[in-house]
Amino acid sequence: MYRSQVLICGGTGCTSSGSMDIKKALEDELKKRGIDKEVEVIRTGCFGLCALGPVVIIYPEGAFYSRVKVEDIPELVEEHLIKGRILKRLVYHESIEQDRVKSLDEVGFYKKQMRVALKNCGVIDPENIDEYLAFDGYKALEKVLTTMKPEEVISQIKKSGLRGRGGGGFPTGLKWELTAKPVADQKYVVCNADEGDPGAFMDRSILEGDPNCVLEAMEIAGYAIGATKGFIYIRAEYPIAVKRLSIAINQAKEYGLLGKNILGTGFEFDIEIRLGAGAFVCGEETALMNSIEGKRGMPRPKPPFPANSGLWGKPTLINNVETYANITKIILNGADWFANIGTEKSKGTKVFALGGKITNTGLVEIPMGTTLREIIYDIGGGIPNNKKFKAVQTGGPSGGCIPAELIDIPIDYDSLISIGSMMGSGGMIVLDEDNCMVDVARFYLDFIKDESCGKCTPCRVGTKRMLEILEKITRGQGTMDDLDKLETLAKEIKASSLCGLGQTAPNPVLSTLKYFRDEYIAHIVDKKCPAGVCKALLQYKIDDEKCRKCGLCARSCPVSAIEGKVKEKFTVNQDKCIKCGTCMTKCPFKAIDKK
Amino acid sequence: MSNAENRLNDFDPNDSKGQEVKKFIQEHKNIKGGLIPVLHKIQDVYGYLPKETLNTVSDSMNIPLTEIYGVASFYSYFSLTPKGKHVIRVCLGTACYVKNSQAIIDEIGRELGITVGQTTSDGKFTLEATRCLGACGLSPVMMIDDKVFGRLVKDDVPKILSEFN
Repeated sequence: MYRSQVLICGGTGCTSSGSMDIKKALEDELKKRGIDKEVEVIRTGCFGLCALGPVVIIYPEGAFYSRVKVEDIPELVEEHLIKGRILKRLVYHESIEQDRVKSLDEVGFYKKQMRVALKNCGVIDPENIDEYLAFDGYKALEKVLTTMKPEEVISQIKKSGLRGRGGGGFPTGLKWELTAKPVADQKYVVCNADEGDPGAFMDRSILEGDPNCVLEAMEIAGYAIGATKGFIYIRAEYPIAVKRLSIAINQAKEYGLLGKNILGTGFEFDIEIRLGAGAFVCGEETALMNSIEGKRGMPRPKPPFPANSGLWGKPTLINNVETYANITKIILNGADWFANIGTEKSKGTKVFALGGKITNTGLVEIPMGTTLREIIYDIGGGIPNNKKFKAVQTGGPSGGCIPAELIDIPIDYDSLISIGSMMGSGGMIVLDEDNCMVDVARFYLDFIKDESCGKCTPCRVGTKRMLEILEKITRGQGTMDDLDKLETLAKEIKASSLCGLGQTAPNPVLSTLKYFRDEYIAHIVDKKCPAGVCKALLQYKIDDEKCRKCGLCARSCPVSAIEGKVKEKFTVNQDKCIKCGTCMTKCPFKAIDKK
Repeated sequence: MSNAENRLNDFDPNDSKGQEVKKFIQEHKNIKGGLIPVLHKIQDVYGYLPKETLNTVSDSMNIPLTEIYGVASFYSYFSLTPKGKHVIRVCLGTACYVKNSQAIIDEIGRELGITVGQTTSDGKFTLEATRCLGACGLSPVMMIDDKVFGRLVKDDVPKILSEFN
């Protein structure tokens, strides 16, 4: 028995900021102090609050320590683990109130969250199947295999109202039913873990924090549709997730929870990992299947749908990671429990990756129907540096930008589509007054142009033309006619592209044109970028009244574009200036403006 | 002996890298969809996909070289040319982009005298822009080899680069 347990976040964010060095230092320190048999150190998955990483939580007190450094370890051990006092200097300020440690549910970031898909993330050691088993692991599989018929499983999933979490929101139960129907000698279950949306990392966190829950759900799906073979298609850019999945697969096999004769029931199921190779389009299900088959990841026309003809022409069920992460909870808690969470047409919770200009960047899971205001202010802690909230981008390159005036809209699949965005996989990038919406649209089109697979003309050529127009506008050479052209192109690309990538590619442009047309007009008519982002439209100027004539700007300019003499006058030579902004950051008197 | 087996014997028995690749091809040549895992292995071992190795893959797996080239050139993870000793990947995912990771790329480019996609003349650094490393909580982020650097500002660049010099 241990008297204390120290949980250290081993998610990607915290690992990147050195949490594994902290784990090592802590273990060494505990040994040195001779209390390594009394205190257990556990590496877990993501706690969600990446902004404060590396994060360490010490139980039984539940003290939440943030931005912990290796140098802090001796003091942390001395104070908390030996003397039993909370180390106030390091504890997350919001989690403590007059010497009392608040439970995490009381902290603003966690208060409005509801963890279903992320239930075990940050709680168990993802590399130890025993911990998963201790938290009801593989009980859903046992229940399904021993007490339910395949059609009962499907009817439960249908009844729960679960919809696909990867983007489109197709009803999951219906997908299972459609794949169960065809008779075939071989069927496949695929997990789409090709999380390519820039700014989305929930699938990665689930796989890193609770890989077994995805394996278990795939087995349940296999039983429901009559498949014995599964593939997880995961990005090669996610090495930690790949490693933990492999460990989980091996441990599950050892325990007889995967492979032949699972739990002694005669049910057989095997799972293989396949790595992506850096192609965004492979998140599209038919492209993904081509990639598993070893081909170029180009989409196939639909129909036939994967439910009838998928991998190697066999019926194939393909769901996203987060969708699978909900399955075991639905089986154990019941479809009604799940259907009671959320809104009328969007049931359950959704995980969002909060990023960009927001205080609490990280991963949050909220019931469907929570408003954007609650997410951004109550959970996200608002916009840093007293800047003004401008918009939030959801759905990645397929989604759109939601302006500040729509902040009270409850979030679900349908509400997001009605305002010109979409759920997508759940990336949520917050933008403030310093972000240019035309530039954001250009950024996404640039991404899409790169990632278009080239198979169909509307997407391959059309997105390139749209990008050229946007680049023209950001250079200050656009005309009002260009806006009409953008809209026409957007409609045509949406209507005629082969797959979801092209059909949704114009969304970032359409939504910014709808809500931020003024900014486009400012670029075209006034030749100004109101946010001060588009370099061609900017000029750095020295404010003579604020300038103390110290010459620091001139000395730090990398291209010697600032001319003048100390104690006299300095000016920026606009022909030489490369608009790097160095002068502005160096000036101690804030005497340099960009306009 | 078939032609396929013959080609696998092209790998020099004293070359450990070659033998590692050979073993992997033998294990995967009959697996459905085995080409991409094989390309991953070659890229892992050599840092890129050498043409002569792809020839061997073609013969031993019975896949036309044109098809292998089609696959290798489709995916951005695979490279047909050697990279520098250290690969710098600056994240241009949305969360990093809106926090001005472009300025980080510009600064590295200026320090090293190269642009995105290029390798320094001494073969030390390759500069790449990448789409989302999934560490958005630390944005702006870059990776040099396997090491992640987060919450970057432009002025951090020279010091970080000097660690690898």
